[in-house]
Amino acid sequence: MQVASMHFKERAHVKLHDARLQHNLVRMKDKFVGKRRESLTELDDFEGTREAARAIRQRALDDLDVWLELFERNATERGARVLFAQTPAEINKLVLDIAARHGVRKIIKSKSMVSEESALDHAVEGAGIAVVETDLGEYILQINDYEPPSHIIGPALHKSMEEVAELFHQKHGTVKKVDIEELCLEARGVLREHYLTADMGISGGNFFVAETGSVVLVTNEGNATLTTTLPKVHIAISGIEKIVPTLEDVATLMRLLPRSATGQSISNYVDILTGPKGPGEFHGVEHMYFIVVDSGRTEVLASDVKEALRCIRCGACMNHCPVYQNIGGHSYGWVYPGPIGSILTPMYVGLENALDLPQASTLCNQCGVVCPVKIPLPDLLRKLREKEFSEDLRPWHERTAVRLWAWFARRPGLYGFASRIGVRLLRSLAGPDGMIHKLPLGAGWTSGRDMPAPAGRTFRELYARHKTQGDPPK
Amino acid sequence: MRVGFFVTCLVDLMRPSIGFAALKLLEAGGADVYVPPGQTCCGQPAYNSGDRADTLALARKVVGEFEGCDYLVSPSGSCSGMIKTHYPELFADDPPMLARVQALATHTFELTDFLANVLKVERVPGQFAGTITYHDACAGLREMGVKQQPRALLAKVQGAQLLEMAECETCCGFGGTFSIKFGEISSRLADNKCQHVENSGADAVVLGDLGCMLNIEGRLRRRGNTKTKVLHVAEVLAGEG
Repeated sequence: MQVASMHFKERAHVKLHDARLQHNLVRMKDKFVGKRRESLTELDDFEGTREAARAIRQRALDDLDVWLELFERNATERGARVLFAQTPAEINKLVLDIAARHGVRKIIKSKSMVSEESALDHAVEGAGIAVVETDLGEYILQINDYEPPSHIIGPALHKSMEEVAELFHQKHGTVKKVDIEELCLEARGVLREHYLTADMGISGGNFFVAETGSVVLVTNEGNATLTTTLPKVHIAISGIEKIVPTLEDVATLMRLLPRSATGQSISNYVDILTGPKGPGEFHGVEHMYFIVVDSGRTEVLASDVKEALRCIRCGACMNHCPVYQNIGGHSYGWVYPGPIGSILTPMYVGLENALDLPQASTLCNQCGVVCPVKIPLPDLLRKLREKEFSEDLRPWHERTAVRLWAWFARRPGLYGFASRIGVRLLRSLAGPDGMIHKLPLGAGWTSGRDMPAPAGRTFRELYARHKTQGDPPK
Repeated sequence: MRVGFFVTCLVDLMRPSIGFAALKLLEAGGADVYVPPGQTCCGQPAYNSGDRADTLALARKVVGEFEGCDYLVSPSGSCSGMIKTHYPELFADDPPMLARVQALATHTFELTDFLANVLKVERVPGQFAGTITYHDACAGLREMGVKQQPRALLAKVQGAQLLEMAECETCCGFGGTFSIKFGEISSRLADNKCQHVENSGADAVVLGDLGCMLNIEGRLRRRGNTKTKVLHVAEVLAGEG
């Protein structure tokens, strides 16, 4: 997927003034936040479960090579082939090779964010193979000229029902529908035909299970089940970090994943797929492949933001992020939006291509509080800020301002002198209402807010006088 | 009980009355308050900007100024949170310094937490004729566990009536330098907060961090709201609001 993260501010500006999007975002926030909170009350010990989930994910990452080898061995023993992709381009090449080997002319896909990283659909279509997205959200985006996803679990959440109705009416040439159920039925009618005629299915993978060589798919629409069982070939694509050691680990993680994501106790479908159809078995595909993707992940593992790889893609961090809630996912400019995206995007596409993302957070830590695997998201964002600062990637005036201010703050005498002058100057800028309406060098503040003027005397000078002359404090 | 008072750079520069209100409360609660004369800033702006070298230098300065005290108390969840939760992380590779930092961090408190849980104050001098709504500033809430303490103290203020607003725990959009770097997004978040404040119908919004106060007050006034007061919890408790 093309990276547009360097245009974060401009895109956010547009989104802030998009009335329809703003309406959709409020609806989304209310739904996600409320439902999650409600569903978590079902757990006797949320914090204990959360700590267990953190430990499971951390254990997988600590010995990732061992678990990957075990996964490869077990999956191979069950008749699947395990392939590794180093880069996004390699994902696409592996898929096209497999498609060629099996004479594939049409592919159906259930949701895979990793395939968004490599723009797989474009590569497949470029090779003359038809591809149909079957996740309802992804399908909506595909027929809307491959609009990018705005959320990792609800790719088309930025759209209202009315917008989707209009889109279906235009693209399907059908009578415009007026409710969600009718729209779903219409999509189902279109997609069913494709399930029956596709030669290959591609899915993502919520977890790769090392002890069994299985892929776990967590979905709500049933499309992943059809995608991975009806065609004769199935490819599951996911990142190397999606390994978990055991099925019991999956059970623990599943206590938190649907609840954190959509506020469901359990998702409508959970598929655990292990190898192709065996002799005498009725269900399943004839050929099963895993594409296990690195594409920057080992570099994250070796960095000081490695904890980000614990992510199980529930989306809670973005659902609860006040910044995301107001600008939506498209502003972030790549596959993964919100707080986790502001860490992963710079790591996967280059910090220099996403300079604003680590800064685009108030560090309020609502994301860190809701994360089911306890990723300290604000701390990791700060690590990336340190990298930007030490590599001189921030504008010079910003760096100079911080250094200059810190230079004074380390020298109390000078600081006291300069601040006494500073507050008097600022005070003189205030209007009769005690507000500064335009702050020199602070347009970022005063373009949308006033600045309450300082009192005009510093605490330190007033306190010193209070101590020596017994002046009453002010 | 010797209490080192960390006034914070924002209170020092912008609204010294908050500092004096806090002093009044601490002294009324029986603390022997010491105000290190050379104090400036905890280093958080440098920390959040990624300037680790300056952060370390300022952290050392703060530790040196306060380590003779039994407690460090600050009228800010954000600055006390910096000292309590982030200083130890900064010196993880420097064991001798880490020991000093941890000793200080353990005894670092946000003002209302200290008043409620250490001094256990029974009475507060403040009076307030009207309704107030409380905004839970992020660091106080999520780093320092400040939630019930200010409410319990405000309940002791004669005449004050608390009206909770919707989304009182949602960030106001300040975020330190974020408020300047991403002024438009920051203003929108502040605007949402102001809407909730106004919807509550309270006469005043009260909170424990001056950065957030400047943000909320600045946005309220720009929206044309000249009547809702924006007060620090110390001002209300001390009757200086």
